[in-house]
Amino acid sequence: MPTVSVKRDLLFQALGRTYTDEEFDELCFEFGLELDEITSEKEIISKEQGNVKAAGASDVVLYKIDVPANRYDLLCLEGLVRGLQVFKERIKAPVYKRVMPDGKIQKLIITEETAKIRPFAVAAVLRNIKFTKDRYDSFIELQEKLHQNICRKRALVAIGTHDLDTLSGPFTYTAKRPSDIKFKPLNKTKEYTACELMNIYKTDNHLKHYLHIIENKPLYPVIYDSNGVVLSMPPIINGDHSRITVNTRNIFIECTGTDFTKAKIVLDIIVTMFSEYCENQFTVEAAEVVFPNGKSHTFPELAYRKEMVRADLINKKVGIRETPENLAKLLTRMYLKSEVIGDGNQIEIEIPPTRADIIHACDIVEDAAIAYGYNNIQMTLPKTYTIANQFPLNKLTELLRHDMAAAGFTEALTFALCSQEDIADKLGVDISATKAVHISNPKTAEFQVARTTLLPGLLKTIAANRKMPLPLKLFEISDIVIKDSNTGAKNYRHLCAVYYNKNPGFEIIHGLLDRIMQLLDVPPGEDKGGYVIKASEGPAFFPGRCAEIFARGQSVGKLGVLHPDVITKFELTMPCSSLEINVGPFL
Amino acid sequence: MADGQVAELLLRRLEASDGGLDSAELAAELGMEHQAVVGAVKSLQALGEVIEAELRSTKHWELTAEGEEIAREGSHEARVFRSIPPEGLAQSELMVDSMEDEVQRRLQLVRGGQAEKLGEKERSELRKRKLLAEVTLKTYWVSKGSAFSTSISKQETELSPEMISSGSWRDRPFKPYNFLAHGVLPDSGHLHPLLKVRSQFRQIFLEMGFTEMPTDNFIESSFWNFDALFQPQQHPARDQHDTFFLRDPAEALQLPMDYVQRVKRTHSQGGYGSQGYKYNWKLDEARKNLLRTHTTSASARALYRLAQKKPFTPVKYFSIDRVFRNETLDATHLAEFHQIEGVVADHGLTLGHLMGVLREFFTKLGITQLRFKPAYNPYTEPSMEVFSYHQGLKKWVEVGNSGVFRPEMLLPMGLPENVSVIAWGLSLERPTMIKYGINNIRELVGHKVNLQMVYDSPLCRLDAEPRPPPTQEAA
Repeated sequence: MPTVSVKRDLLFQALGRTYTDEEFDELCFEFGLELDEITSEKEIISKEQGNVKAAGASDVVLYKIDVPANRYDLLCLEGLVRGLQVFKERIKAPVYKRVMPDGKIQKLIITEETAKIRPFAVAAVLRNIKFTKDRYDSFIELQEKLHQNICRKRALVAIGTHDLDTLSGPFTYTAKRPSDIKFKPLNKTKEYTACELMNIYKTDNHLKHYLHIIENKPLYPVIYDSNGVVLSMPPIINGDHSRITVNTRNIFIECTGTDFTKAKIVLDIIVTMFSEYCENQFTVEAAEVVFPNGKSHTFPELAYRKEMVRADLINKKVGIRETPENLAKLLTRMYLKSEVIGDGNQIEIEIPPTRADIIHACDIVEDAAIAYGYNNIQMTLPKTYTIANQFPLNKLTELLRHDMAAAGFTEALTFALCSQEDIADKLGVDISATKAVHISNPKTAEFQVARTTLLPGLLKTIAANRKMPLPLKLFEISDIVIKDSNTGAKNYRHLCAVYYNKNPGFEIIHGLLDRIMQLLDVPPGEDKGGYVIKASEGPAFFPGRCAEIFARGQSVGKLGVLHPDVITKFELTMPCSSLEINVGPFL
Repeated sequence: MADGQVAELLLRRLEASDGGLDSAELAAELGMEHQAVVGAVKSLQALGEVIEAELRSTKHWELTAEGEEIAREGSHEARVFRSIPPEGLAQSELMVDSMEDEVQRRLQLVRGGQAEKLGEKERSELRKRKLLAEVTLKTYWVSKGSAFSTSISKQETELSPEMISSGSWRDRPFKPYNFLAHGVLPDSGHLHPLLKVRSQFRQIFLEMGFTEMPTDNFIESSFWNFDALFQPQQHPARDQHDTFFLRDPAEALQLPMDYVQRVKRTHSQGGYGSQGYKYNWKLDEARKNLLRTHTTSASARALYRLAQKKPFTPVKYFSIDRVFRNETLDATHLAEFHQIEGVVADHGLTLGHLMGVLREFFTKLGITQLRFKPAYNPYTEPSMEVFSYHQGLKKWVEVGNSGVFRPEMLLPMGLPENVSVIAWGLSLERPTMIKYGINNIRELVGHKVNLQMVYDSPLCRLDAEPRPPPTQEAA
């Protein structure tokens, strides 16, 4: 969930009233936001870097507000205020207009070289904008929030904003060999080639995260103006030449990306949020984008879409009984201008360009419910009549684990993920023989594979509890995972028990097996689906002290005294016997 | 002399005495260690009312080892003096004519029990020289008890089969039990606290008529884990940083291709009343195997199976099992945890129904104060986070997440249009940590568990609040 940080006093000023922290928290809760933290720049710095560094930092109160991940229109102060003011019916939702310029329309021409790397671009112009320091900061911060969220860390969309008065169109969006791109980037004093820049930014804490998006491509995306000035090299960095400042009046915005839909949404969000500060409020100057196929489109789209939803559908989905008029009013408070039409049961809802999250009637139903107030909805019980069943494997597991504890063994709960070493080297087996599934992106060795046996987890539990009085008697009934040629991978429910004492206690583990078989109603002997154990061997067991368990006509597991090498590798010092069976055959 | 003999002697002396006797005096008279008399007093006390013994402490002065030596052989000064021959040193003749050994005299007084004849100053001087020490003596003033008798018989410790058969238990006194001592804990195995809580949650769902879904597949395809839930392929949860993907087997072998096509269309073009996400949906991405990040993948499979059965029958489903996240680990987050999930599918379910079911469910957990916050989940709409008021923390805390599954998830499965599916989920670890007062999740889950904690953990009774400790005012 993205967190938006706003200055409290600025927020209250824009809302036209003040709130206590509790009141504002309550308002957020009702609207689906969360007042996550009340802090200040000073407090943040002092927490992260100590009091010394924090000296002199601002102690203006900041509200950190958690915003739902699909509400891009609430990612800045301007949007939050607009959303809350409409919700509280203090203002009407503004109507965003795209206008044609008095003079020539700004053009962005996309060349075909971009197709293989970053094929889409959209653009717009904010004319006669008036920034203040706070507005300017919010403008920059919104771009950062969008980059981190909907833009997927600039992989899907990257935004560039430029002082239009320093440039001259038409603009060209193309892709070139890195060595052929040379410009002075933001915050640098001289020109570099793209190759040099990529090297420099390897150590830049902010930019290094985006390099991988284009790093290994033969051509890098780049935007020029008609004089060959570089606007930006998306998605990495803008040129210094067209940088915007608090005094910039006319802004050219370009969004490039690999996802056309998202590029359009991002552009719509930026211009709807900041056209508030344009001389003609909430109007955006169109720009023309010419695609490689010669077709041209005008942006921003700022599309208003109409949806029809029946009032009784909303009532039925939420569990309320409101008149269509009231429902329309509720929706209007959620920035969805609505009116009753037709037979008096139809509600026509206008989806503004800021609400890209509304893609289905269910999204409209939710907004009606939010405006109604979740906590005002009458709770009722559905009349759904059902008979409950347990999953047979879990039912058997529940029964078994209680009797395992009654037999004097204590239940462990170990991780399903572990290192290759745990299931292979330490048990004297080669990893290729384990049929384990392998994880491709483990952050540490603890998560290399899914366990193929419960034994390592129990031995590690003993190792962590060596101070406990002996004997230690542990068991676990849980799933292991084995690669399977049919389905890819399959879980098996295993039961494992270990006995750890000054003597190996094979007879105790053997006795436990007898008890388990008694509980499962499996008689001793090979006939009539009974069970027997037969001398066997295994790398984890001491030679001559291992037996294979056969029950109901199949091999179900092994028991025996662990090999001293195994005991040592798990950092244990006492003899130990163990038993592990597959529970599945006993269902 | 054995304990019993001393006790008998004591009783006889006590019978003859006038009112009582002092343990130390008796020891001196009998010429035995005081400790032996004290032992006899204690064993008689244990018999009940035979004697009464009052503890008294007296202070007296005793000689140290060096003091004893001086009392016996004279002070060091005196000994030096005496060792000088008559013809001696000229200086000594000058300085000392004769000498009285004052130190020895004083120490002898103390030895004779007449320390009180010395002044405070004299005593403290000797003490500083480490020749004297003040000793506290604890003695008993013993007097006859209400059941005084000079004949005592040995107390029996335990009832024996012979006593029962012979009836001798009737005449024998029995040693009283010390009820303050701890008993011997039974030798037993123990269930793991987290799994005890799991049992209770299963029980609650079963009481509410919910059927358990199969969840025995940790490995899942991206398709069932994300795509089937209408979670777009660029969603951050599908990032390498959040999800464990598999290297081997890297791809799912079997997917229901008809259904896959419907899912693809819904994502990329919309349909079923939806705008869709309008992006290039890729089968390769859906085939990628992973460790399931939620049990909702199992719910999706269960609902898909339900959709294939005609006609539709309403269901209530639940599951509790492990899920995996490639997250940064801390005191409350592990790479694997247990998710609890409840699902109801029926015609005409409402948000009010969801809240009603949640109220019943949480009431069974002993949580009655609930409130609901609008939230965002990719696969539910409407969505609501469930908060409960925490008495200890004096604030509202999130206890679960819930919502109505999106039509874009349900309709491609083939479920009828007027069927709604409400669902909620929470983690098993969090309520368990709160229940058992555990701050570090590693002490609860995994091999670093503290077995003593497992041994000592009480029953899990979710609806019975532990009784608060009595306050000072109440006591």
